Amino acid sequence: MTPRPRSRAHRSRVGLLAALSGGGVLGSLGRYAVGAAVPHPTGGFAWSTLLVNVTGSFAMGVLVVWVLSMDRPHPLLRPFLGVGVLGGWTTFSSFALDARTMVTAGHGLLAAAYVVGSVVVGLAAVGLGVTLGERTFGPRP
Amino acid sequence: MTLTSALLVALGASVGAPLRFLVDRWARRHSRAGTTLGTLIVNLVGSFLLGVVAGLPDATSWVLPLVGIGFCGALTTFSTLAFELWVFLERREWKPFAATLGISLGAGLPAVWLGWAVAAG
Repeated sequence: MTPRPRSRAHRSRVGLLAALSGGGVLGSLGRYAVGAAVPHPTGGFAWSTLLVNVTGSFAMGVLVVWVLSMDRPHPLLRPFLGVGVLGGWTTFSSFALDARTMVTAGHGLLAAAYVVGSVVVGLAAVGLGVTLGERTFGPRP
Repeated sequence: MTLTSALLVALGASVGAPLRFLVDRWARRHSRAGTTLGTLIVNLVGSFLLGVVAGLPDATSWVLPLVGIGFCGALTTFSTLAFELWVFLERREWKPFAATLGISLGAGLPAVWLGWAVAAG
């Protein structure tokens, strides 16, 4: 008995899973490497997390404008790059844990600066990415 | 950073990223367009779980890279949250902007504390 041929829907689900997992692995390993390359003392300012979150936010701004500018974007492009790579590269959970670690180390003001700074600089980075993206690929529809 | 821990991070991330996608798709089906429910859910759950992992009194060495850095890191996202907030700003939609930011910080940060407290017992 020959095995039943795989359906198109099955193949596309496998492709989606591969794009999401593969992208998430790439982004997360990158974030892990940044954390190892830019260490900070316990309770210190988490520069590595700020770095991945700000650069990832900038890239997300560019990515969304780029994908929206395409007539027929590949269906796996946004799952791979947006959810996988950039979702793996950036992190909210470490951001929250960093803030807790700073507070429990007695650096409450530093934690406040870290939280506010991450949000403000992250938003500015998205805006910059969107603006540069629209200059390159044209305004969003 | 060792090869073993990198493999554990990769393994956790390979599960976290698809799960994030599923939660997001579920949330889009069950909430009004324009809400950021999916992002809020993954960020709150991931922050709680990272708190648990980091607060475990005698965790074995593989738990933090696998569950904390890999799974929780890929499940949660800062870039999508920032983009969703930016869109609210662009459209001058102050209420959803304030609500999304307020819930993310007001619940996401305590979620880590809660997870840690649960784990530490």
